[in-house]
Amino acid sequence: MIGKPSDLRTRADAASAHLPALMLASERLAAMIAPGAHGLRRAGPGEDFWQYRPAGVGDGARSIDWRRSARSDTEFVRDREAQSAQTAQIWLSPSPDMDFSGGPDRPTKAERGRVLALALGMLLLRGGEKVGLLGQAAGTGRLQADRLAEALCRPAPADFPLTELRPDRHVLILSDFLSDPGWIAQALQRAAGLGVRGIAVQILDPDEENFPFEGAVEFRAPAAATRHDSRDAQGLRDAYLARLAARRDWLRERCAQAGWQFDHHVTSDDPAQILGRIWAVLGPKGVH
Amino acid sequence: MLILGPLGFAAPWVLGALVALPVLWVILRAMPPAPKRIVFPGVALLQGLTDKSPVARRTPWWLLLLRLLAVAALILAFAGPVWKPAPRDDATGPLLVVMDTGWAAAPEWAARQARAEAALADAATAGRPAALVMADARPIAGSIAFQPADSLIAALRAARPVAWQSGLVSGASTSLADAPQGRLSTLWLADGTDYPGRADWLGQLTGMGPVTVIPPTGALRTLALQDGQMPTLILRGTTDAASQVEAIGPDPQGIPRALAQLTPDAPETSAGITTRRVAIDLPPELRNRITSFRIQGDTHAGAVVLADDRVKRRKVALVGDPAEQSEAQELLSQVHYLRQALAPTSDLIEGSLGDVLDAAPDVIILADQVQLAEIGELAEWVEQGGLLVRFGGPRMAGYDRLDQEPLLPVDLRQGGRDIGGALSWGEPRGIKPFDQDGPFAGLRIPDDVTVRAQLMAQPAPDLAGKTIAALTDDTPLMTRDRLGQGQVVLVHVTANAEWSSLPLSELFVQMMQRLVATAGAAARNGGADDRQLPFWTPVEVLDGFGNAAAVEGLAPVPAAQMAQGPGADRPAGIYVAGERQQALNAGGPITLADWPEASVARPDATTGRDLMGLLLACAAVLLALDAVGSAWLGRGGRVAAVMLALALLPRPAAMAQDLDPDLIRAANEVALAYVVTGDERIDTASEQGLRGLSATLRQRSSVEPGAPIGVDLDSDDLSLLTFLYWPITPDQPAPSPRAYMRLNAFLRSGGVIMFDTRDGDVAGVGGPDMSDTLQALAAPLDIPPLAPIPQDHVLTRTFYLLDDFPGRWRGNPVWVEAPPVGAQAAEGNPFRQLNDGVSPVIIGGNSWAEAWAIDDDGYPVFPIGSGWEGEEQREMALRFGVNLITYVLTGNYKSDQVHVPALLDRLRTEEALTR
Repeated sequence: MIGKPSDLRTRADAASAHLPALMLASERLAAMIAPGAHGLRRAGPGEDFWQYRPAGVGDGARSIDWRRSARSDTEFVRDREAQSAQTAQIWLSPSPDMDFSGGPDRPTKAERGRVLALALGMLLLRGGEKVGLLGQAAGTGRLQADRLAEALCRPAPADFPLTELRPDRHVLILSDFLSDPGWIAQALQRAAGLGVRGIAVQILDPDEENFPFEGAVEFRAPAAATRHDSRDAQGLRDAYLARLAARRDWLRERCAQAGWQFDHHVTSDDPAQILGRIWAVLGPKGVH
Repeated sequence: MLILGPLGFAAPWVLGALVALPVLWVILRAMPPAPKRIVFPGVALLQGLTDKSPVARRTPWWLLLLRLLAVAALILAFAGPVWKPAPRDDATGPLLVVMDTGWAAAPEWAARQARAEAALADAATAGRPAALVMADARPIAGSIAFQPADSLIAALRAARPVAWQSGLVSGASTSLADAPQGRLSTLWLADGTDYPGRADWLGQLTGMGPVTVIPPTGALRTLALQDGQMPTLILRGTTDAASQVEAIGPDPQGIPRALAQLTPDAPETSAGITTRRVAIDLPPELRNRITSFRIQGDTHAGAVVLADDRVKRRKVALVGDPAEQSEAQELLSQVHYLRQALAPTSDLIEGSLGDVLDAAPDVIILADQVQLAEIGELAEWVEQGGLLVRFGGPRMAGYDRLDQEPLLPVDLRQGGRDIGGALSWGEPRGIKPFDQDGPFAGLRIPDDVTVRAQLMAQPAPDLAGKTIAALTDDTPLMTRDRLGQGQVVLVHVTANAEWSSLPLSELFVQMMQRLVATAGAAARNGGADDRQLPFWTPVEVLDGFGNAAAVEGLAPVPAAQMAQGPGADRPAGIYVAGERQQALNAGGPITLADWPEASVARPDATTGRDLMGLLLACAAVLLALDAVGSAWLGRGGRVAAVMLALALLPRPAAMAQDLDPDLIRAANEVALAYVVTGDERIDTASEQGLRGLSATLRQRSSVEPGAPIGVDLDSDDLSLLTFLYWPITPDQPAPSPRAYMRLNAFLRSGGVIMFDTRDGDVAGVGGPDMSDTLQALAAPLDIPPLAPIPQDHVLTRTFYLLDDFPGRWRGNPVWVEAPPVGAQAAEGNPFRQLNDGVSPVIIGGNSWAEAWAIDDDGYPVFPIGSGWEGEEQREMALRFGVNLITYVLTGNYKSDQVHVPALLDRLRTEEALTR
């Protein structure tokens, strides 16, 4: 959809207005988790010192560490620790269902998802990894965090980009998994085939988690025309919670089959906890 | 009005709404309540679910009945139901309405008017001629003309109660001579009191037809001033109920207000009237300011007593010879007679002139005193409004420089004169009748008062004008002159019985009281001397309600009428004649009226019993039951039972204020406190951190804090705390304005708040405003300019020597109050003299609490860095904590290093000596 330039600019301003806040919130969140050293524990291309070893055949004169060699009779070569950048990709569900918050005291699911995605991205970028949204180019460096933030605020296609999965990537999927879950089954199947590892995080509002409704209620989905009319919402609670638990079990089982992790997060909780768990999966320790 | 049996309806057309009840029944049955609409993304999970226990679509019949009954009760209530309404007056003859118009009618004036108007309106509807008689003590010209009733309503509405007693002065038979034919029915709106002419009129009217008397519903109380040596107020009432009496006067700003509340004594009841005495027991300064007394809550002229000079008690100073104080010569002492004359009505002080001048009296009386040392101060006092009364005597007569004596109204001739003595001609002289416009006007002169000796004035043209009392030979007895705002009076005789028999007579007492009463009057109306006619002019009058009214249009009152109290065209008020001021007060003895042969209407029987309130209450109860019933249906019996119990149980009495045990502890010992943020994890960390710091302080210093206290800023009292740790969380709610007021008071009274953003300054913004949240939270606080801790700040050396202030993070600046501009290091002193006080805030982001935190077993809770280095950082964090608390508790004590060089020198010397 291409509107008038002024309209586009207005929308861009509106979209970028909360970028600094998002960046700041994510940075504060990311600071809660200290990224550890991330090396491959073997000699190779990298920046950190790994070991001195006697120079052998094939080592060029340029690679000899003359300062070390001067203290003995043989020549030494300074090895660096091999460091490899892994690539992590993040997918945040753009469904209108995500723009829901049950109360003014908590963010919408999408906002929480953006903060989590960006915070994770920053953590990974600080560790030197390549990070990008699924379907977009991954990159490194601090600038990539800005690009990531912008990308997160842009509207995205609604469907999960199955074809964008690449081998040996790490993927974070953030969604509420409330509507038809067929796509995730497909995605996990394909990911398993490609050797993609990752974590799927279900973000829910406390209202969705607890179903605190009662009396005569007409439930309507935010976007779709689906609605459910109930005369006794409280009576539906147990059934709803049972279905939610079943959906979670199903997801967890699917994820386990694909070698993925599954976790869930409620927006009233501290995001640092779930970030820590995601980091445990996607961070250096979880990867290697 | 619609009458159904004993029930009457004021607005019967409202009953038509009852027709709608069956319709309502149908609607209520057919319409279930509308569901709430909620946006909910989880609808997908709800698809296909069915309601487990669907609520009845139809409201149960008993709930419907409840609602319908409630609506019916409302409709009936608004139809204005009256139980046994007043029967309608079926009389056809002429109607006479007699309204008592005196002050006693003022309390229910509007109701009386309404009642009379209703009667006139009824008469107008029935086409009966009517007449209105106002019993306002004014004569009725000729006979009363009967008119169409509605033409009288305007006059009725314009009528106001008068500030005197009701009265009917014209004869009843002449006034009623022109009454039309037919049985005259009379409606008498009585004020409950008896008054002249009432019995006559009542007898006449009962002879002409039925008389209905409507007595007042409320009690009547009046207030009167009883003259005497100690004026008291008399509170009379038709009920036993006592009421406070307000003494009203100008406050120091000149605004009239109640200066004091007087409490009546025990009641005495006779003939239906309860009498109570109200002593005016007030300090003279207050008492002399009082302008009126008023029964609290009563609004009629009879409840108001305007205070004139009788109420005031002047402070009178008597200066006589100290030698005369002995008891044996009391009857010879001049001061004795003055004391006896003035003690009942004024406050006396005695002493030397210097002493009494300090007491700021209203009047100073000098008994035969000359050559006064304090003459200058005395003259100044007189010019500012004092009344100086001097009595003559042998000493004055024998004073050789009497013609030069200051502060005398007239020049005196030395020596005086003797009349009727053994060596003189003539008989002792009597006193000439007083001038009508003088201060003693109206006093009766006893025949046996004679004067044997007097001081003589030098003849002068103005001598006659200055004389206010004279002997029968026109020689002055009392002379007066004005000096500044005050006046000087000379009594030409002694104040004892030596020169005259005047001090032995009653006249002396009256004259002295009159004289003392003029104190302060000189400034008030200085030039009223030329008034010849003894008329009293109203200067301030009341209306029937006891409020001030206009004096315009009121004629001066002849003196003869003043003694009769207020009457027609002589309303209660303050009247002035010459220098004298007199109040006419409406209140006084009241007699209850009796009504032989008349039917006295019971005030409550006239209206019938109004059922509206009862029905409205019924409707409210029914609706409440409906709410309980609905809750029963919706939530089950338990909730409804709870609601019912809540509705039925009386509220528990408010508990005495409970003191928070934590605060009691904080008062007893030092306790570190933290702000409860609402984030459980952070609050636990704060609690554990402060516990860890407290444990370290106990081990290492003499500070022995108790367990940390969690503080809720919105509710807890901060006044007993010294140190507050405030971790900043992004979504912390801002405290209420009241909490900020308490926080600012806490900061001003020496408390310290440590803000911890806990983020190690990751955002890299730096400075104390590194966080939006902190900025938002701290903006309303009273915080001085801040700066990073300088290297020579006292925090670096209160206990340990530190150069960094690590917590879980390190290397970030910590901000405290900025050092004063231009602080310089003293000679030989490594530190500048910095803050004189303790910095009220310390701001940093090193997450100290987490570094200090220990668990229940005393082990650190949060890891810091890695390995030994981390433990070292933890130790430094603890050291910073010890420094911090020492700083908070002892202030800049460690900064007081001015004497360090001297101490070092002395140590060195001692060392050298021991060697």
